[in-house]
Order: sequence, then structure tokens, then C-alpha cells
Amino acid sequence: MNDIFRKYQNWLMLIVFIIATIIALIPLFGVLGYVLKNGLSALNIQFFINLPKAMGLPGGGMANAIVGTLIMVLIASLIGIPIGILAAIYLTEYDRHSWLSTVVRFATDVLTGIPSIIVGIVIYTAVVLKMGNFSALAGGLALAIIMIPLIIRSTEEMLKLVSHSIREAGYALGISKGKTILKIVLPTAAKGIITGAMLAVARVAGETAPLLFTALGNQYWARSLNEPIASLPVQIFQYATSPYKEWHQLAWAGSLVLILMVIILNLVARFAFRSRSI
Amino acid sequence: MGHTLSVRQLEAWYGSNQTLKGINMEIASNHVTAIIGPSGCGKSTFVRCINRMHETLPGSKVKGEIILDGESIYEQDPVVLRKMVGMVFQKPNPFPSMSIYENVVAGVRLNGMRNKKTLQDIAEKSLRMAALWDEVKDRLNYSGMSLSGGQQQRLCIARALAVEPSVLLMDEPASALDPIATMHIEGLVRQLKEDYTILIVTHNMQQAARIADSTAFFLNGELVEHGPTSEIFTNPNDKRTEDYITGRFG
Repeated sequence: MNDIFRKYQNWLMLIVFIIATIIALIPLFGVLGYVLKNGLSALNIQFFINLPKAMGLPGGGMANAIVGTLIMVLIASLIGIPIGILAAIYLTEYDRHSWLSTVVRFATDVLTGIPSIIVGIVIYTAVVLKMGNFSALAGGLALAIIMIPLIIRSTEEMLKLVSHSIREAGYALGISKGKTILKIVLPTAAKGIITGAMLAVARVAGETAPLLFTALGNQYWARSLNEPIASLPVQIFQYATSPYKEWHQLAWAGSLVLILMVIILNLVARFAFRSRSI
Repeated sequence: MGHTLSVRQLEAWYGSNQTLKGINMEIASNHVTAIIGPSGCGKSTFVRCINRMHETLPGSKVKGEIILDGESIYEQDPVVLRKMVGMVFQKPNPFPSMSIYENVVAGVRLNGMRNKKTLQDIAEKSLRMAALWDEVKDRLNYSGMSLSGGQQQRLCIARALAVEPSVLLMDEPASALDPIATMHIEGLVRQLKEDYTILIVTHNMQQAARIADSTAFFLNGELVEHGPTSEIFTNPNDKRTEDYITGRFG
């Protein structure tokens, strides 16, 4: 009797799990499918090479926004990746148990959860207002600030996975602590660290809110890093909220390109640098 | 040539727990000295004091003196000292990011040696001494992790020998290995004492009896007895040594 009840219960729970999984997957594939359906029709070679056209005119592309996103993500990476990795090395290798590292660790956890629009406002007040103009530099800086806690946390986890006995083996050979970290510990964790950094890059590539306040957007090519610059997410936002049908089409195409960029970064991070030997 | 060590009033703590309580011990050159005793008796701490590895753990403290060839090790730079006192750990720990060759020459290369020919000579010589050369000479570029456990441990021994230490510390080097691999390591230890002073921590009393010239018995952080292996095993002075060796405790 009990046995039958147990089997029945087991079967029932399995059904519940499957239904929950399907419900979770519907919006995910729904979003992808919707963007694909609407974006593909508007996507053509002009989209990648042309500047936006004037309001209401057909054609035109988002070449400047694609390049703008790449430039700001590059700036963010140049600032965020080294700082994040170096801070993580300090926290795990030099100061793992002190109050300072506990505070920093807590702060990075909080910062990871802070809405990105707040980072945008802070950079707007601290940088854009002081310098007097919106710029790619301010946008890149805002993205870097979002990246840093992500990179610190992922790098820290990867360094912690490197067994202590590996470090001891280095010391026991008369290798200094600095060289042990640089030449033995870091290479051992390298794949995981790179994966974490790429996922952080993918995460900020789609950020819109902080760029509204810092990079603003631009219908033309930016001629220097110190003037307003277009980016895919902001361009999508502006086009999608406009009243013109052609612009709606372009916004869908932009969304598709952005999603593809993020997917490619994710795939590269997961497969090319998949960590095999830690 | 190996070198002599003399340990005077060595005390060590881990946190508030005193793990060594005044050890005095003379370690002869070109001898294999086995350290035996039950778990937690301080034998690992003892060898880790000799290359100043114990003090790298947070909360640890050391007092007393260890003299290597007339010089106190506590007056030397630990990084320099560790080139003279090599260590092999309980679990084989080759560097995962490095090939077999890179593992062997890691100590020399990361300390500045660049000459490729010299490095290759060092690698071959060390691997030969560790009785591993014939097994790996055709695949020096493979990852060190691709070797079996016993081969990995011999790789670690080769890596330690490559820096040309005068003392070799071995912390239960065969406890994670099968009997065949253990036999290889033991044979190796017997050969290596021609050139090195060797301290080997072991849980296995037969192993101590097989390879050690002298044996020291540790209990609760104290050195109970130290003498020629044959004497410790057949005619110990202390009742506690006899009880441990005959298997009455531990």
C-alpha cells in the first residue's frame, strides 16, 4: 500500500518539475524567437555599414552604434579586467582573512546587486557634469564599474579552486610568493578567470541605463572619445520608443545583433576556454 | 653531499595549540631518518619547520633553533633556505598548467635560469635520479597531470632534486600510492641518500624499518626516542616506543 503511494507521489512530483521547467523555458525561447522573427527581416548589409537616416526615411543602419558599443565595451574591459583581477589576487592571495577583505567582499556582493542606473547617475554627476559633456570615456567608465565586482568575484572563486598544495609546492622550491602566484597559480586558474571576464563583458555589453546618462547617443560617428557616442542598447531604446515604423524595424534588427553579440561571447567563454584541469 | 642538521629546543604552535614541545635532535648527513608516530603527534609540523613552511600558515609560531651546516636557518631568507631544503608532499602535486619538462625545471627556471641547454640537462639528470626518465623521455611535453599517481610523485621528487638541495624532506611521500609505486619510491630513497640527507615522515612502520638508517618516534609533540632503526625496532629504550611499535596504540 505504502509502496504504491510512494510511486504515485514520485510520479506526481516528476510531472510538477517538468511543467515548471517548461514554464521557465517558454519566455526564454519566446524572447529569442520574437527578436529573431522581427529582427531578421530588417537585418541587411546596410544595417552594418550605414549611419542612421533622418526621421521617417527608409534604409539607414546602426554602424555607429555597433562600433560605439564595441568601443565602450573595450574601454570598460581595459579598465575593469585588470583592476578586477589584481584586486581578486590581493584578496585571495595576500589578505584572505582580514577585516579589509571581508569588507571588500561584502561591498562587491552589494555592488553586483545595485541597479545599473544608479551607477549611471553617479558617473553622470561625478564625471559628465564635471567634464561638461557626455562621452565614450564616461560610458566606458560606468560599464567598468559594473564589471569590476563581477570580475573580482569570479576571479576569486577561480583562485580559491587552485589547491593550496600547489602554492606550497612553489614555495618549497624556493620560488618567491609573487612568482608563485604569477607563474604557477594564475596559469592554473587562467581558463576560469578568462571565462569569468568574458561573461562580465557579455553582461555589460547590453547595459542601457548607465549609458543614457553617460554616453547619451549620437546619430553620427563620434570623432573622439570625449564626445557623445552611439551604442546599440541606447539606439534600440530611442528607436523603439519613436513613432516611426522604419525605426521600429531597425530597433528589432539592433536587438538581434546585440543578442547575437552576447550569445557569441557566452559561447566563446563557455567552450573555447572551458576549464578542464583545475 | 648531504648536510647535517641539528635541532635545538624547537617549539611550534598552531593557533593556541602547541604541536612541538622542545625537540632536540641531531640529523646525520647522508642518512635516511624516519619520523614515526601517531596522527597529530607533530611529525609533519616538525619537517615543515625545517624548510620554514610551517610559519607560512596563518596563526603559526615557532621558537628554538635549527642549525644547517653551522648556520641557523632562522637567520636566513626562507626563500633562499628552501632551495637548500627540498620537500616532497604527501599527495603528488605537479603544477597543473605545466608539462612534465616544465614541472621539473620550474624551480630553476622561475629563479632566473634561461639557458635552454642547461635546463634540458637539469631536467634529464633530475628525472634520471628520480627513476622516471625512461618512462617519460618521449613525452616531456605532456601535462604533468597525465601521469599515474606514482609517476606524479616521482615527478615531484625530480622537481625537488632539480634545485639541488642538500636536505630532502618527505612528508609521507608514499601514503597515497599503491604498493608497486611505493616500492619504486622506497628504492629511490635508498639511492638518494648517497647525495642527500633525507628525512621521511611515515605512518608505515615497515617502511621505516625497510629504508631508514635511524628512526625517531614522536608522541604528543615530544621526541620520545631517536636511534638506529634496528635498535628502535628491536630494543627500544622507552616503554611508549615499544607499545607503539608493537601496535598497542596508534
